[in-house]
Amino acid sequence: MKTIRASIIGFGAVGQGVANVILQKSDYLQKVGIDLRVVAIADSRTSVIDGEGVDLSVVLASKKEKKAVGTGKISGIDIIRTVAHELVIETTPTNIVDGGVGLVNMLAAFERGMDVVTSNKGPLALKYGELTEASKRSGSRFKFEATVGGAMPVINLACDTLAGNRILSMEGIFNGTCNYILTRMMEEQAPYEQMLAEAQELGIAEADPSYDVEGIDTASKLVIVANVIFGMNATYRDVTVTGITRITPEALLLAHNNGYAIKLIGEVNDGRINVAPKLVPLGNPLAVGGTLNVFSVQTDISGPITITGRGAGSIETASAILSDIISLYKE
Amino acid sequence: MRVSMDLELKDIPGQLLLALRPISDFKGNLISVVHHHEKKTPRGTIPVQVVFEIKSDHLEDLIACLEKNGVRVVSMDEKRYLEHGAFILIGHIVHTDIQDTIDRIDNTGYAEVVDLNLSMPKINMPSSASLKIDAVSKKDLQSVVELLKFIAREKDLLVIEPIESQLRSIK
Repeated sequence: MKTIRASIIGFGAVGQGVANVILQKSDYLQKVGIDLRVVAIADSRTSVIDGEGVDLSVVLASKKEKKAVGTGKISGIDIIRTVAHELVIETTPTNIVDGGVGLVNMLAAFERGMDVVTSNKGPLALKYGELTEASKRSGSRFKFEATVGGAMPVINLACDTLAGNRILSMEGIFNGTCNYILTRMMEEQAPYEQMLAEAQELGIAEADPSYDVEGIDTASKLVIVANVIFGMNATYRDVTVTGITRITPEALLLAHNNGYAIKLIGEVNDGRINVAPKLVPLGNPLAVGGTLNVFSVQTDISGPITITGRGAGSIETASAILSDIISLYKE
Repeated sequence: MRVSMDLELKDIPGQLLLALRPISDFKGNLISVVHHHEKKTPRGTIPVQVVFEIKSDHLEDLIACLEKNGVRVVSMDEKRYLEHGAFILIGHIVHTDIQDTIDRIDNTGYAEVVDLNLSMPKINMPSSASLKIDAVSKKDLQSVVELLKFIAREKDLLVIEPIESQLRSIK
C-alpha cells in the first residue's frame, strides 16, 4: 500500500467532483494499492489543511452551505509551495489568455518535484512545451486526460491503448454545449439565440457562452491532442477557429435534406489544426446528437477508431482525473 | 475525364495490343479491360470494352490512332465529372451576387455548380443555401473547395464543407 498525499487546488464543479469520486472509490483505490489522502484543499478564497487527511465530506458540505472550503487563508500556490505532499490535483478554472493561476500552480508543483493531474486546459493549450519540459527536469509526472473529452479516454486511447499504431489524422466533436445547441436548432427549426437561451436555462451553456460557441474550448482541446498525439508544439494561436453563432435553422434543414448534419468539428490533419462547422453524413459515427462528444482517429494499422461519450460534467471530468491518479500510482 | 469505349478487334493475334498501346501513348490511365473472346460478332470481330481516364483534348487523336490501327470504335461514353461535393453557404448570398459566385466556379473549367437550394427566411436576414458541385477529379474538387472559401471570405459568407475524412473518400 502506497500512501499518496494530495492537494486539490480549485474547488469548483470539477474539484468537488474529484472529492466525490475519491470518497466513492476509496475501497477501490485501496484495492489497487493506493491510500489517497487529501491533505489540503483550496478554492479561490479559502483553504483547509490537515496533514492526516481532511474529511472530504465535511469540506463538501461546507462548500455547499457556506460557499467556502474552510476558514484558512493560505492560498493554493502557498499550499503547493509549503505543504508536504506528492500530488497536486489542479482544477482551477481555465484561462486561455495567459494560463492564469493554473499555469503558476503547475510550474510551482514541478519546481518541487511533485506530480500534477489536471483538468485545466488553458496552461496546456498555451505552454505545453514549457510545462512538459519543467516536469521532465524535476522528474515530476504530468497527466491531463481530463482536459480533453471529459469521460472519453482520448489521450490514453491514442497513446497507450493504440500503442504501435501511427495516428494519421483525427477529428471529432469536443464541445457538448455546441452539439446540444445545433441538435436542438435542427429538431425545433429554431434560431441560434433561442436554443442558446434554452441551453443556458438547463445549465448546459454558461451565462457568457462565447468560450464554447466561438470554438475556443474546442480549439484548446485540439491543441492539447495535437501536441500529445502528433508531437506538435502548437499553441492555441495556431488554430483556425470558426464558431457556430452564424448557423441558421434553414442551413441545418438544407443539410439534412442532403443527408448531412452540421456539427462543430475539430480536426488535426497534415499538421493543420482546424475548428469549424462541418457537414457530417447522417450515418457517420461522428453524427452524435445532444451533448455527446465523439473522437475519431485514423490509424495506419487498425484503420478508423471512434469513441463517444459525455464530454463534460463534474463527475465525468473527475472520473478522468481519477483514472490518471490510478495510472500514476497503482501497484 | 473517364471514358468507356466499346471496340471491335480483328480475330488475329496482336490486336489487343494495338488497341491498348495508343491509350497509354496518350497518357491515358486504364481502369478496366474486358475481352469478350467468346462473343464473336457476325462480322467475325471480337468485342472489347475498355474504361480509362484521359485528358479530354487527347481524345480525338486517340480515336484517330485506334482507327488507323484497324481498331473499330463502336461506341463511346464519356463522363466528365467524377467527383461530387455538397456544401452549405450562410450569409447574404443573393445580395453578394449569387450569379458571380456560380460563374466563378463554372469558369474554372474543372468544376460546375449543379444544384442550388436557397432559403431566405426574412428580408435583411442572412439566407442559407445548399450547393452541389461536380468536379473532374478529387484534386479538382479540393481546388474548388479552396476557391469557394476564397469567394466566401470576400463576400463574408460562411461556407460549411464536408468533414475531411468524407472529402478524401468522396466518390
